[in-house]
Amino acid sequence: MSVLVVAEHDNKNLKSSTLNTISAAEKLSEDIHLLILGNKIEDLAKSSKSIQLVKKVIICDHEKLENQIPELSSPIISNLAENYSHILAPSSTFGKNLLPRVSAQLDVTQISDIIGIESQDTFIRPIYAGNAISYVQTNQKINLMTIRPTSFEKCEEAGGDAAVENIPFIDSEVKTTFVSREVSKSDRPELGNARVVVSGGRGLENSDNFKLLYDLADKLNAAVGASRAAVDSGYIGNEYQVGQTGKMVAPELYIAVGISGAIQHLAGMKESKVIVAINKDLEAPIFNIADYGLSSDLFQAIPEIIKELDLLNQIES
Amino acid sequence: MKVLVAVKRVVDYKVQIRVKSDNSGVETQNVKMSVNPPDENAIEEAVKLKEQGLANEIISVSIGDDKSQDVLRTSMAMGIDRSILVKSQNTLEPLAVAKTLKIIIDKEKPDLVLMGKQAIDDDSNQTGQILSALLNWPQGCFISNLKIENNKVFISREIDEGIENLETSLPAVLTCDLRLNTPRFASLPNIMKAKKKPLETIDIDTLGIDTSSKIKTLKVIEPPKRKAGIMVNDVKELVQKLKYEAKVI
Ligand SMILES: Cc1cc2nc3c(=O)[nH]c(=O)nc-3n(C[C@H](O)[C@H](O)[C@H](O)COP(=O)(O)OP(=O)(O)OC[C@H]3O[C@@H](n4cnc5c(N)ncnc54)[C@H](O)[C@@H]3O)c2cc1C
Ligand SMILES: Nc1ncnc2c1ncn2[C@@H]1O[C@H](COP(=O)(O)O)[C@@H](O)[C@H]1O
Repeated sequence: MSVLVVAEHDNKNLKSSTLNTISAAEKLSEDIHLLILGNKIEDLAKSSKSIQLVKKVIICDHEKLENQIPELSSPIISNLAENYSHILAPSSTFGKNLLPRVSAQLDVTQISDIIGIESQDTFIRPIYAGNAISYVQTNQKINLMTIRPTSFEKCEEAGGDAAVENIPFIDSEVKTTFVSREVSKSDRPELGNARVVVSGGRGLENSDNFKLLYDLADKLNAAVGASRAAVDSGYIGNEYQVGQTGKMVAPELYIAVGISGAIQHLAGMKESKVIVAINKDLEAPIFNIADYGLSSDLFQAIPEIIKELDLLNQIES
Repeated sequence: MKVLVAVKRVVDYKVQIRVKSDNSGVETQNVKMSVNPPDENAIEEAVKLKEQGLANEIISVSIGDDKSQDVLRTSMAMGIDRSILVKSQNTLEPLAVAKTLKIIIDKEKPDLVLMGKQAIDDDSNQTGQILSALLNWPQGCFISNLKIENNKVFISREIDEGIENLETSLPAVLTCDLRLNTPRFASLPNIMKAKKKPLETIDIDTLGIDTSSKIKTLKVIEPPKRKAGIMVNDVKELVQKLKYEAKVI
Protein backbone atom coordinates (compact mmCIF):
# COMPACT_ATOMS: atom_id res chain seq x y z
CA MET A 1 0.00 0.00 0.00
CA SER A 2 0.97 3.63 -0.30
CA VAL A 3 2.08 5.93 2.48
CA LEU A 4 1.06 9.56 2.76
CA VAL A 5 3.40 12.12 4.31
CA VAL A 6 1.86 15.43 5.36
CA ALA A 7 4.39 18.15 4.56
CA GLU A 8 5.38 20.81 7.08
CA HIS A 9 6.29 24.02 5.25
CA ASP A 10 5.90 27.80 5.27
CA ASN A 11 4.27 28.00 1.80
CA LYS A 12 7.70 28.59 0.31
CA ASN A 13 10.01 25.87 1.55
CA LEU A 14 9.61 22.48 3.13
CA LYS A 15 10.75 22.31 6.74
CA SER A 16 13.55 19.82 7.16
CA SER A 17 11.27 17.78 9.47
CA THR A 18 9.36 16.80 6.32
CA LEU A 19 12.54 15.26 4.87
CA ASN A 20 13.08 13.23 8.04
CA THR A 21 9.48 12.05 7.92
CA ILE A 22 9.87 10.93 4.29
CA SER A 23 12.84 8.79 5.38
CA ALA A 24 10.65 7.17 8.01
CA ALA A 25 8.00 6.51 5.35
CA GLU A 26 10.62 4.70 3.25
CA LYS A 27 10.70 1.96 5.90
CA LEU A 28 7.01 1.30 5.21
CA SER A 29 6.50 1.57 1.47
CA GLU A 30 8.12 2.43 -1.83
CA ASP A 31 5.06 4.35 -2.91
CA ILE A 32 5.36 7.57 -0.92
CA HIS A 33 3.02 10.46 -1.60
CA LEU A 34 3.69 13.92 -0.23
CA LEU A 35 0.67 16.06 0.63
CA ILE A 36 1.18 19.82 0.65
CA LEU A 37 -1.67 21.94 1.97
CA GLY A 38 -1.03 25.65 1.62
CA ASN A 39 -1.48 28.91 -0.20
CA LYS A 40 0.34 29.85 -3.43
CA ILE A 41 2.40 26.71 -3.35
CA GLU A 42 3.08 26.11 -7.07
CA ASP A 43 6.80 26.78 -6.55
CA LEU A 44 6.89 24.58 -3.51
CA ALA A 45 5.21 21.78 -5.46
CA LYS A 46 7.80 22.17 -8.23
CA SER A 47 10.75 21.96 -5.88
CA SER A 48 9.24 19.02 -3.97
CA LYS A 49 8.82 17.05 -7.19
CA SER A 50 12.52 16.28 -7.21
CA ILE A 51 12.66 14.52 -3.86
CA GLN A 52 13.93 11.11 -4.82
CA LEU A 53 11.78 8.98 -2.55
CA VAL A 54 8.52 10.73 -3.41
CA LYS A 55 6.39 9.16 -6.15
CA LYS A 56 3.59 11.68 -6.14
CA VAL A 57 3.17 15.21 -4.83
CA ILE A 58 -0.43 16.04 -3.99
CA ILE A 59 -1.18 19.69 -3.59
CA CYS A 60 -4.17 21.53 -2.30
CA ASP A 61 -3.65 25.21 -2.97
CA HIS A 62 -6.10 27.65 -1.44
CA GLU A 63 -5.88 31.01 0.29
CA LYS A 64 -7.74 29.64 3.30
CA LEU A 65 -4.87 27.20 3.85
CA GLU A 66 -2.34 30.01 4.24
CA ASN A 67 -2.09 29.70 8.03
CA GLN A 68 -2.65 25.96 8.36
CA ILE A 69 -5.60 26.09 10.71
CA PRO A 70 -6.04 22.39 11.60
CA GLU A 71 -9.84 22.59 11.54
CA LEU A 72 -9.53 23.34 7.81
CA SER A 73 -6.71 21.00 6.83
CA SER A 74 -7.67 17.86 8.77
CA PRO A 75 -10.84 17.01 6.77
CA ILE A 76 -8.84 17.20 3.53
CA ILE A 77 -6.41 14.63 4.89
CA SER A 78 -9.18 12.38 6.24
CA ASN A 79 -10.79 12.47 2.84
CA LEU A 80 -7.67 10.96 1.22
CA ALA A 81 -7.12 8.37 3.92
CA GLU A 82 -8.74 5.33 2.31
CA ASN A 83 -5.95 5.18 -0.28
CA TYR A 84 -3.23 4.71 2.32
CA SER A 85 -1.97 2.19 4.85
CA HIS A 86 -0.13 4.85 6.86
CA ILE A 87 -0.32 8.63 7.22
CA LEU A 88 2.74 10.32 8.69
CA ALA A 89 3.48 13.82 9.91
CA PRO A 90 6.45 15.20 11.82
CA SER A 91 5.97 15.34 15.59
CA SER A 92 6.54 19.09 15.57
CA THR A 93 3.96 21.52 16.90
CA PHE A 94 2.58 21.45 13.33
CA GLY A 95 2.02 17.68 13.27
CA LYS A 96 0.87 17.47 16.89
CA ASN A 97 -1.73 20.14 16.27
CA LEU A 98 -3.09 18.48 13.17
CA LEU A 99 -2.89 14.68 13.06
CA PRO A 100 -4.94 13.85 16.20
CA ARG A 101 -7.92 15.54 14.51
CA VAL A 102 -7.57 13.12 11.61
CA SER A 103 -7.50 10.31 14.15
CA ALA A 104 -10.84 11.53 15.52
CA GLN A 105 -12.33 11.80 12.05
CA LEU A 106 -11.21 8.28 11.06
CA ASP A 107 -11.88 6.76 14.48
CA VAL A 108 -8.42 5.23 14.84
CA THR A 109 -5.77 5.69 17.51
CA GLN A 110 -2.76 7.73 16.47
CA ILE A 111 0.73 6.79 17.65
CA SER A 112 2.80 9.79 18.72
CA ASP A 113 6.46 10.60 18.38
CA ILE A 114 7.80 7.44 16.78
CA ILE A 115 11.58 6.94 17.01
CA GLY A 116 11.79 3.57 15.26
CA ILE A 117 9.86 1.43 12.79
CA GLU A 118 10.17 -2.33 13.31
CA SER A 119 7.67 -3.42 10.68
CA GLN A 120 4.43 -2.34 9.00
CA ASP A 121 2.59 -2.54 12.31
CA THR A 122 5.22 -2.35 15.05
CA PHE A 123 6.70 0.93 16.18
CA ILE A 124 9.02 2.26 18.87
CA ARG A 125 8.24 5.35 20.92
CA PRO A 126 9.58 6.92 24.09
CA ILE A 127 7.28 7.37 27.10
CA TYR A 128 7.85 9.11 30.45
CA ALA A 129 10.13 11.74 28.95
CA GLY A 130 12.25 9.08 27.30
CA ASN A 131 12.89 7.24 30.56
CA ALA A 132 11.26 4.17 29.05
CA ILE A 133 11.00 2.95 25.48
CA SER A 134 7.80 1.29 24.37
CA TYR A 135 7.34 -1.19 21.51
CA VAL A 136 3.77 -1.01 20.28
CA GLN A 137 1.78 -2.95 17.74
CA THR A 138 -1.44 -1.94 16.09
CA ASN A 139 -3.91 -3.60 13.85
CA GLN A 140 -6.09 -0.77 12.56
CA LYS A 141 -7.47 -0.01 9.11
CA ILE A 142 -4.99 2.82 8.84
CA ASN A 143 -1.97 3.82 10.89
CA LEU A 144 -1.61 7.46 11.85
CA MET A 145 1.75 8.36 13.25
CA THR A 146 3.83 11.38 14.11
CA ILE A 147 7.55 10.94 13.56
CA ARG A 148 10.32 12.35 15.73
CA PRO A 149 12.50 14.07 13.12
CA THR A 150 15.81 13.59 14.95
CA SER A 151 15.39 9.80 14.87
CA PHE A 152 15.45 9.57 11.07
CA GLU A 153 17.98 10.89 8.55
CA LYS A 154 16.96 13.62 6.15
CA CYS A 155 16.15 12.20 2.71
CA GLU A 156 17.75 13.40 -0.52
CA GLU A 157 16.09 16.47 -1.97
CA ALA A 158 17.23 15.87 -5.54
CA GLY A 159 17.21 13.16 -8.16
CA GLY A 160 13.51 12.40 -8.36
CA ASP A 161 10.72 13.34 -10.70
CA ALA A 162 7.41 12.83 -8.97
CA ALA A 163 4.01 13.30 -10.56
CA VAL A 164 2.05 16.28 -9.30
CA GLU A 165 -1.66 16.08 -8.61
CA ASN A 166 -3.91 18.97 -7.66
CA ILE A 167 -6.82 18.18 -5.40
CA PRO A 168 -9.75 20.50 -4.76
CA PHE A 169 -10.08 22.41 -1.52
CA ILE A 170 -12.90 21.22 0.72
CA ASP A 171 -14.25 24.07 2.81
CA SER A 172 -15.26 23.61 6.44
CA GLU A 173 -16.98 26.09 8.68
CA VAL A 174 -14.28 27.38 11.00
CA LYS A 175 -14.64 29.85 13.83
CA THR A 176 -10.95 30.48 14.35
CA THR A 177 -9.14 33.34 12.64
CA PHE A 178 -5.43 33.86 12.44
CA VAL A 179 -4.24 37.09 14.06
CA SER A 180 -0.44 37.11 13.94
CA ARG A 181 2.70 35.10 14.33
CA GLU A 182 5.68 36.25 16.38
CA VAL A 183 8.68 34.57 14.85
CA SER A 184 12.23 35.39 15.82
CA LYS A 185 14.55 36.05 12.92
CA SER A 186 18.03 34.66 13.16
CA ASP A 187 20.85 33.81 10.79
CA ARG A 188 21.88 30.90 12.97
CA PRO A 189 21.10 27.31 11.97
CA GLU A 190 17.69 25.94 12.88
CA LEU A 191 17.64 24.40 16.35
CA GLY A 192 15.98 21.17 15.24
CA ASN A 193 18.69 20.21 12.77
CA ALA A 194 21.84 22.17 13.63
CA ARG A 195 25.14 20.31 13.79
CA VAL A 196 26.06 22.12 17.00
CA VAL A 197 23.72 23.44 19.71
CA VAL A 198 24.75 25.74 22.55
CA SER A 199 22.09 25.82 25.27
CA GLY A 200 21.76 28.08 28.27
CA GLY A 201 19.91 27.61 31.54
CA ARG A 202 19.01 29.52 34.64
CA GLY A 203 22.72 29.89 35.34
CA LEU A 204 22.83 32.61 32.66
CA GLU A 205 20.85 34.82 35.07
CA ASN A 206 19.32 37.24 32.54
CA SER A 207 18.69 37.88 28.87
CA ASP A 208 21.68 40.20 28.49
CA ASN A 209 24.01 37.43 29.55
CA PHE A 210 22.60 35.23 26.80
CA LYS A 211 24.64 37.42 24.42
CA LEU A 212 27.64 35.54 25.72
CA LEU A 213 26.04 32.35 24.49
CA TYR A 214 25.20 33.90 21.11
CA ASP A 215 28.86 34.84 20.69
CA LEU A 216 29.91 31.28 21.40
CA ALA A 217 27.22 29.94 19.06
CA ASP A 218 28.41 32.20 16.25
CA LYS A 219 31.99 30.96 16.65
CA LEU A 220 30.77 27.39 16.27
CA ASN A 221 28.10 28.06 13.65
CA ALA A 222 25.70 26.65 16.22
CA ALA A 223 22.03 27.02 17.01
CA VAL A 224 21.06 28.38 20.41
CA GLY A 225 18.86 26.41 22.81
CA ALA A 226 17.63 26.89 26.34
CA SER A 227 16.18 25.13 29.37
CA ARG A 228 12.58 25.69 30.39
CA ALA A 229 13.77 27.66 33.41
CA ALA A 230 15.60 30.10 31.12
CA VAL A 231 12.50 30.53 28.95
CA ASP A 232 10.15 30.81 31.94
CA SER A 233 12.39 33.51 33.39
CA GLY A 234 12.14 35.47 30.15
CA TYR A 235 15.81 35.22 29.15
CA ILE A 236 14.85 33.90 25.71
CA GLY A 237 11.78 32.90 23.64
CA ASN A 238 9.84 29.64 23.94
CA GLU A 239 10.99 28.49 20.48
CA TYR A 240 14.43 27.84 21.97
CA GLN A 241 13.30 25.44 24.68
CA VAL A 242 14.79 21.96 24.55
CA GLY A 243 13.16 19.08 26.40
CA GLN A 244 10.08 16.98 27.09
CA THR A 245 7.74 19.91 26.56
CA GLY A 246 9.96 21.74 24.10
CA LYS A 247 12.05 20.66 21.13
CA MET A 248 13.94 17.45 20.61
CA VAL A 249 17.47 17.88 19.32
CA ALA A 250 20.23 15.42 18.48
CA PRO A 251 23.21 17.39 17.18
CA GLU A 252 26.81 16.20 16.79
CA LEU A 253 27.73 18.49 19.68
CA TYR A 254 25.48 19.81 22.48
CA ILE A 255 26.95 22.27 24.95
CA ALA A 256 24.84 22.76 28.09
CA VAL A 257 25.79 25.92 29.94
CA GLY A 258 24.38 26.65 33.40
CA ILE A 259 21.83 23.85 33.05
CA SER A 260 21.39 21.42 35.94
CA GLY A 261 20.17 18.47 33.84
CA ALA A 262 16.59 17.76 34.99
CA ILE A 263 15.14 14.66 33.33
CA GLN A 264 12.69 16.84 31.41
CA HIS A 265 15.61 18.67 29.85
CA LEU A 266 17.60 15.49 29.17
CA ALA A 267 14.54 14.12 27.33
CA GLY A 268 15.20 16.63 24.59
CA MET A 269 18.97 16.32 24.13
CA LYS A 270 20.37 13.04 25.41
CA GLU A 271 20.51 11.56 21.90
CA SER A 272 23.17 14.14 20.99
CA LYS A 273 26.42 12.55 19.83
CA VAL A 274 28.78 14.50 22.07
CA ILE A 275 27.54 16.32 25.16
CA VAL A 276 29.52 19.00 26.98
CA ALA A 277 28.37 20.38 30.33
CA ILE A 278 29.62 23.57 31.89
CA ASN A 279 28.36 24.03 35.42
CA LYS A 280 29.88 25.36 38.62
CA ASP A 281 28.15 22.70 40.71
CA LEU A 282 30.11 19.46 40.59
CA GLU A 283 27.01 17.59 41.77
CA ALA A 284 24.80 18.77 38.89
CA PRO A 285 23.15 15.71 37.26
CA ILE A 286 24.03 17.00 33.79
CA PHE A 287 27.59 15.72 34.44
CA ASN A 288 26.23 12.14 34.62
CA ILE A 289 25.42 12.16 30.93
CA ALA A 290 28.11 14.53 29.66
CA ASP A 291 31.02 13.19 27.62
CA TYR A 292 33.08 16.18 28.71
CA GLY A 293 32.32 18.05 31.91
CA LEU A 294 33.84 21.33 32.95
CA SER A 295 33.20 22.40 36.52
CA SER A 296 33.63 26.13 36.29
CA ASP A 297 31.89 29.48 36.45
CA LEU A 298 30.34 29.97 33.04
CA PHE A 299 31.06 33.70 33.03
CA GLN A 300 34.71 32.85 33.13
CA ALA A 301 34.61 29.73 30.96
CA ILE A 302 32.66 31.03 27.96
CA PRO A 303 34.93 34.00 27.14
CA GLU A 304 37.91 31.68 27.55
CA ILE A 305 36.42 29.13 25.16
CA ILE A 306 35.81 31.86 22.60
CA LYS A 307 39.43 32.92 22.95
CA GLU A 308 40.68 29.34 22.53
CA LEU A 309 38.55 28.87 19.44
CA ASP A 310 39.98 32.06 17.94
CA LEU A 311 43.46 30.77 18.64
CA LEU A 312 42.68 27.46 16.95
CA ASN A 313 41.37 29.30 13.91
CA GLN A 314 44.53 31.40 13.73
CA ILE A 315 46.72 28.32 13.81
CA GLU A 316 44.68 26.71 11.07
CA SER A 317 44.64 29.67 8.72
CA MET B 1 -19.89 30.55 31.62
CA LYS B 2 -19.29 26.99 32.70
CA VAL B 3 -15.79 25.53 32.48
CA LEU B 4 -14.78 21.88 32.47
CA VAL B 5 -11.21 20.83 33.23
CA ALA B 6 -9.77 17.39 32.39
CA VAL B 7 -7.32 16.12 34.98
CA LYS B 8 -5.14 13.02 34.73
CA ARG B 9 -3.42 11.26 37.60
CA VAL B 10 0.18 10.48 36.66
CA VAL B 11 3.49 9.46 38.23
CA ASP B 12 4.90 12.61 39.83
CA TYR B 13 7.39 14.40 37.60
CA LYS B 14 10.14 14.14 40.22
CA VAL B 15 9.97 10.34 40.46
CA GLN B 16 12.83 8.37 38.91
CA ILE B 17 11.01 6.04 36.51
CA ARG B 18 11.68 2.31 36.81
CA VAL B 19 10.86 -0.18 34.06
CA LYS B 20 9.27 -3.38 35.37
CA SER B 21 11.56 -6.39 35.30
CA ASP B 22 9.13 -8.33 33.08
CA ASN B 23 9.20 -5.43 30.58
CA SER B 24 5.43 -5.10 30.67
CA GLY B 25 5.48 -1.43 31.60
CA VAL B 26 6.65 1.11 34.13
CA GLU B 27 6.43 0.63 37.89
CA THR B 28 3.48 2.64 39.23
CA GLN B 29 2.94 0.80 42.52
CA ASN B 30 4.18 2.64 45.60
CA VAL B 31 5.38 5.66 43.66
CA LYS B 32 4.20 9.20 44.24
CA MET B 33 1.32 10.16 41.97
CA SER B 34 0.17 13.71 41.20
CA VAL B 35 -1.96 15.86 38.97
CA ASN B 36 -0.45 15.86 35.47
CA PRO B 37 1.55 19.16 35.56
CA PRO B 38 -0.09 21.10 32.69
CA ASP B 39 -3.52 20.02 34.00
CA GLU B 40 -2.67 22.08 37.10
CA ASN B 41 -2.33 25.07 34.78
CA ALA B 42 -5.74 24.23 33.33
CA ILE B 43 -7.22 24.11 36.85
CA GLU B 44 -5.53 27.40 37.77
CA GLU B 45 -6.89 29.10 34.66
CA ALA B 46 -10.43 27.90 35.43
CA VAL B 47 -10.16 29.18 39.00
CA LYS B 48 -8.90 32.53 37.72
CA LEU B 49 -11.83 32.78 35.30
CA LYS B 50 -14.16 32.22 38.23
CA GLU B 51 -12.36 34.82 40.37
CA GLN B 52 -12.66 37.30 37.51
CA GLY B 53 -16.38 36.68 37.40
CA LEU B 54 -16.21 35.19 33.91
CA ALA B 55 -17.02 31.66 34.99
CA ASN B 56 -19.82 30.78 37.37
CA GLU B 57 -19.24 27.07 37.63
CA ILE B 58 -15.97 25.16 37.21
CA ILE B 59 -15.86 21.38 37.28
CA SER B 60 -13.12 18.81 36.88
CA VAL B 61 -13.26 15.34 35.34
CA SER B 62 -10.82 12.48 35.58
CA ILE B 63 -10.92 9.07 33.98
CA GLY B 64 -9.13 6.42 35.95
CA ASP B 65 -9.38 4.03 38.87
CA ASP B 66 -10.64 4.91 42.37
CA LYS B 67 -7.33 6.49 43.28
CA SER B 68 -7.93 9.26 40.75
CA GLN B 69 -10.22 10.73 43.40
CA ASP B 70 -7.11 12.25 44.96
CA VAL B 71 -6.29 14.43 41.93
CA LEU B 72 -9.92 15.55 41.80
CA ARG B 73 -9.76 16.47 45.50
CA THR B 74 -6.58 18.43 44.76
CA SER B 75 -8.38 20.29 41.98
CA MET B 76 -11.22 21.13 44.37
CA ALA B 77 -8.72 22.30 46.99
CA MET B 78 -7.37 24.67 44.34
CA GLY B 79 -10.88 26.03 43.77
CA ILE B 80 -12.81 23.71 41.45
CA ASP B 81 -16.49 23.54 42.55
CA ARG B 82 -17.24 19.87 41.93
CA SER B 83 -15.77 16.81 40.26
CA ILE B 84 -16.68 13.77 38.23
CA LEU B 85 -14.70 10.54 38.28
CA VAL B 86 -15.31 8.21 35.36
CA LYS B 87 -14.17 4.92 36.75
CA SER B 88 -12.11 2.71 34.50
CA GLN B 89 -9.75 -0.07 35.55
CA ASN B 90 -7.93 0.00 32.23
CA THR B 91 -5.63 2.77 31.08
CA LEU B 92 -7.32 4.40 28.13
CA GLU B 93 -5.80 5.64 24.91
CA PRO B 94 -6.33 9.32 23.98
CA LEU B 95 -9.13 8.50 21.51
CA ALA B 96 -11.06 6.65 24.23
CA VAL B 97 -10.39 9.41 26.78
CA ALA B 98 -11.71 12.00 24.32
CA LYS B 99 -14.83 9.92 23.59
CA THR B 100 -15.48 9.58 27.31
CA LEU B 101 -15.01 13.31 27.89
CA LYS B 102 -17.38 14.02 25.03
CA ILE B 103 -20.18 12.09 26.73
CA ILE B 104 -19.64 14.05 29.95
CA ILE B 105 -19.54 17.30 27.97
CA ASP B 106 -22.76 16.47 26.10
CA LYS B 107 -24.39 16.11 29.51
CA GLU B 108 -22.74 18.99 31.40
CA LYS B 109 -22.73 21.44 28.47
CA PRO B 110 -19.72 23.55 29.46
CA ASP B 111 -18.79 26.60 27.35
CA LEU B 112 -15.08 25.98 27.67
CA VAL B 113 -12.92 22.89 28.12
CA LEU B 114 -9.43 23.34 29.51
CA MET B 115 -6.89 20.54 29.54
CA GLY B 116 -3.16 19.93 29.63
CA LYS B 117 -1.23 19.90 26.37
CA GLN B 118 0.33 16.55 27.16
CA ALA B 119 0.23 13.84 29.77
CA ILE B 120 3.75 13.33 31.10
CA ASP B 121 3.37 9.56 31.29
CA ASP B 122 2.33 8.63 27.74
CA ASP B 123 3.54 11.93 26.22
CA SER B 124 0.82 11.57 23.57
CA ASN B 125 -0.24 15.19 23.14
CA GLN B 126 -3.48 14.22 21.39
CA THR B 127 -6.54 14.24 23.63
CA GLY B 128 -7.52 17.91 23.34
CA GLN B 129 -7.16 17.91 19.57
CA ILE B 130 -9.27 14.73 19.26
CA LEU B 131 -11.92 16.09 21.60
CA SER B 132 -12.14 19.33 19.66
CA ALA B 133 -12.69 17.37 16.43
CA LEU B 134 -15.31 15.09 18.03
CA LEU B 135 -17.23 18.08 19.40
CA ASN B 136 -16.65 20.15 16.30
CA TRP B 137 -15.54 23.01 18.54
CA PRO B 138 -12.54 25.28 17.83
CA GLN B 139 -9.19 24.04 19.09
CA GLY B 140 -6.43 26.06 20.69
CA CYS B 141 -3.38 24.02 21.54
CA PHE B 142 -0.27 24.67 23.65
CA ILE B 143 -1.58 28.02 24.87
CA SER B 144 0.51 30.34 27.01
CA ASN B 145 -1.98 33.21 27.13
CA LEU B 146 -5.77 33.42 27.24
CA LYS B 147 -8.17 36.36 27.19
CA ILE B 148 -11.94 36.04 26.98
CA GLU B 149 -14.10 39.07 26.13
CA ASN B 150 -17.77 39.00 25.08
CA ASN B 151 -17.64 35.38 24.00
CA LYS B 152 -14.51 36.10 21.97
CA VAL B 153 -11.45 34.05 22.84
CA PHE B 154 -7.94 35.38 22.22
CA ILE B 155 -5.12 32.91 22.61
CA SER B 156 -1.38 32.84 22.20
CA ARG B 157 -0.08 29.40 21.39
CA GLU B 158 3.49 28.21 21.56
CA ILE B 159 4.69 26.85 18.23
CA ASP B 160 8.13 25.70 17.12
CA GLU B 161 8.78 29.03 15.39
CA GLY B 162 7.65 31.21 18.30
CA ILE B 163 4.14 32.38 19.18
CA GLU B 164 0.94 32.26 17.16
CA ASN B 165 -2.00 34.49 18.09
CA LEU B 166 -5.50 33.34 17.20
CA GLU B 167 -9.00 34.62 17.78
CA THR B 168 -11.86 32.20 18.19
CA SER B 169 -15.18 31.84 19.97
CA LEU B 170 -16.88 29.78 22.64
CA PRO B 171 -17.48 26.93 23.03
CA ALA B 172 -13.86 25.83 22.58
CA VAL B 173 -11.28 23.28 23.66
CA LEU B 174 -7.97 24.70 24.84
CA THR B 175 -4.82 22.81 25.87
CA CYS B 176 -2.44 24.52 28.26
CA ASP B 177 1.32 24.90 28.37
CA LEU B 178 3.07 25.20 31.73
CA ARG B 179 3.75 28.87 30.95
CA LEU B 180 0.04 29.81 30.94
CA ASN B 181 0.09 30.67 34.65
CA THR B 182 1.53 29.68 38.00
CA PRO B 183 -0.69 27.13 39.72
CA ARG B 184 -1.52 28.03 43.32
CA PHE B 185 -0.79 25.78 46.26
CA ALA B 186 -3.85 24.48 48.04
CA SER B 187 -3.98 25.84 51.58
CA LEU B 188 -4.78 23.52 54.47
CA PRO B 189 -8.25 25.04 55.09
CA ASN B 190 -9.03 24.67 51.38
CA ILE B 191 -7.87 21.05 51.44
CA MET B 192 -10.30 20.47 54.32
CA LYS B 193 -13.11 22.25 52.46
CA ALA B 194 -12.45 20.21 49.33
CA LYS B 195 -13.27 17.03 51.22
CA LYS B 196 -16.89 18.20 51.44
CA LYS B 197 -17.26 19.26 47.84
CA PRO B 198 -19.35 16.95 45.61
CA LEU B 199 -17.53 14.15 43.77
CA GLU B 200 -19.74 12.11 41.48
CA THR B 201 -18.63 8.69 40.27
CA ILE B 202 -19.71 7.15 36.97
CA ASP B 203 -18.77 3.68 35.78
CA ILE B 204 -17.28 3.85 32.29
CA ASP B 205 -19.18 0.71 31.23
CA THR B 206 -22.47 2.58 31.60
CA LEU B 207 -21.50 5.12 28.93
CA GLY B 208 -21.96 2.78 25.99
CA ILE B 209 -18.80 3.64 24.10
CA ASP B 210 -15.93 1.55 22.77
CA THR B 211 -12.94 2.26 24.95
CA SER B 212 -10.93 -0.83 24.04
CA SER B 213 -7.21 -0.52 23.30
CA LYS B 214 -6.27 -0.27 19.64
CA ILE B 215 -2.60 -0.50 20.42
CA LYS B 216 -0.83 -3.42 22.06
CA THR B 217 2.30 -2.80 24.09
CA LEU B 218 4.71 -5.59 23.20
CA LYS B 219 7.41 -4.56 25.64
CA VAL B 220 8.79 -1.61 27.53
CA ILE B 221 12.53 -1.37 27.95
CA GLU B 222 15.01 1.00 29.52
CA PRO B 223 16.61 3.49 27.18
CA PRO B 224 20.22 2.78 26.25
CA LYS B 225 22.63 4.26 28.78
CA ARG B 226 25.28 6.72 27.72
CA LYS B 227 28.79 5.68 28.57
CA ALA B 228 30.40 7.66 31.36
CA GLY B 229 32.33 10.72 30.27
CA ILE B 230 35.25 12.57 31.80
CA MET B 231 35.79 15.82 33.64
CA VAL B 232 38.28 18.14 32.04
CA ASN B 233 40.54 20.39 34.09
CA ASP B 234 40.24 23.59 32.14
CA VAL B 235 38.97 25.28 29.01
CA LYS B 236 42.12 24.54 27.08
CA GLU B 237 41.77 20.82 27.65
CA LEU B 238 38.07 20.97 26.73
CA VAL B 239 38.73 22.66 23.40
CA GLN B 240 41.60 20.28 22.61
CA LYS B 241 39.42 17.23 23.34
CA LEU B 242 36.59 18.55 21.20
CA LYS B 243 38.97 19.25 18.36
CA TYR B 244 41.26 16.24 18.35
CA GLU B 245 39.46 13.48 20.28
CA ALA B 246 35.77 13.94 19.55
CA LYS B 247 36.50 15.84 16.33
CA VAL B 248 33.29 17.83 16.55
CA ILE B 249 34.64 21.37 16.17
C1 LIG C 1 5.97 18.66 33.16
C2 LIG C 1 7.31 19.33 33.09
C3 LIG C 1 7.89 19.52 31.86
C4 LIG C 1 9.12 20.15 31.76
N1 LIG C 1 9.68 20.29 30.52
C5 LIG C 1 10.92 20.83 30.42
C6 LIG C 1 11.57 20.97 29.15
O1 LIG C 1 11.00 20.66 28.09
N2 LIG C 1 12.83 21.48 29.11
C7 LIG C 1 13.48 21.86 30.25
O2 LIG C 1 14.63 22.32 30.15
N3 LIG C 1 12.89 21.76 31.46
C8 LIG C 1 11.62 21.28 31.56
N4 LIG C 1 11.03 21.23 32.79
C9 LIG C 1 11.68 21.88 33.94
C10 LIG C 1 12.77 21.03 34.58
O3 LIG C 1 12.18 20.16 35.53
C11 LIG C 1 13.80 21.95 35.29
O4 LIG C 1 13.12 22.75 36.23
C12 LIG C 1 14.57 22.85 34.34
O5 LIG C 1 15.09 22.10 33.26
C13 LIG C 1 15.69 23.53 35.08
O6 LIG C 1 16.36 24.43 34.23
P1 LIG C 1 17.88 24.85 34.52
O7 LIG C 1 18.72 23.64 34.51
O8 LIG C 1 18.20 25.95 33.60
O9 LIG C 1 17.76 25.51 35.98
P2 LIG C 1 18.33 24.99 37.37
O10 LIG C 1 17.85 23.63 37.67
O11 LIG C 1 18.04 26.06 38.33
O12 LIG C 1 19.89 24.89 37.13
C14 LIG C 1 20.73 25.97 36.93
C15 LIG C 1 22.14 25.43 36.93
O13 LIG C 1 23.03 26.46 36.62
C16 LIG C 1 24.20 26.30 37.41
N5 LIG C 1 24.83 27.62 37.52
C17 LIG C 1 24.34 28.72 38.15
N6 LIG C 1 25.19 29.74 38.01
C18 LIG C 1 26.25 29.29 37.30
C19 LIG C 1 27.45 29.89 36.86
N7 LIG C 1 27.74 31.18 37.09
N8 LIG C 1 28.32 29.12 36.18
C20 LIG C 1 28.05 27.81 35.91
N9 LIG C 1 26.93 27.21 36.32
C21 LIG C 1 26.03 27.94 37.00
C22 LIG C 1 23.71 25.75 38.71
O14 LIG C 1 24.75 25.04 39.38
C23 LIG C 1 22.57 24.85 38.28
O15 LIG C 1 23.02 23.52 38.08
C24 LIG C 1 9.78 20.61 32.92
C25 LIG C 1 9.18 20.42 34.16
C26 LIG C 1 7.95 19.81 34.26
C27 LIG C 1 7.32 19.63 35.59
N1 LIG D 1 -7.46 9.69 31.94
C1 LIG D 1 -7.63 11.00 31.80
N2 LIG D 1 -8.52 11.67 32.58
C2 LIG D 1 -8.69 13.00 32.44
N3 LIG D 1 -8.05 13.75 31.55
C3 LIG D 1 -7.15 13.15 30.75
C4 LIG D 1 -6.90 11.76 30.82
N4 LIG D 1 -5.96 11.46 29.89
C5 LIG D 1 -5.64 12.61 29.27
N5 LIG D 1 -6.35 13.64 29.78
C6 LIG D 1 -6.28 15.07 29.40
O1 LIG D 1 -5.69 15.17 28.11
C7 LIG D 1 -4.48 15.92 28.17
C8 LIG D 1 -3.50 15.43 27.12
O2 LIG D 1 -3.19 14.08 27.34
P1 LIG D 1 -2.42 13.17 26.25
O3 LIG D 1 -3.13 13.38 24.95
O4 LIG D 1 -2.54 11.77 26.76
O5 LIG D 1 -1.00 13.66 26.21
C9 LIG D 1 -4.04 15.81 29.62
O6 LIG D 1 -3.20 16.88 29.98
C10 LIG D 1 -5.37 15.83 30.35
O7 LIG D 1 -5.88 17.15 30.47
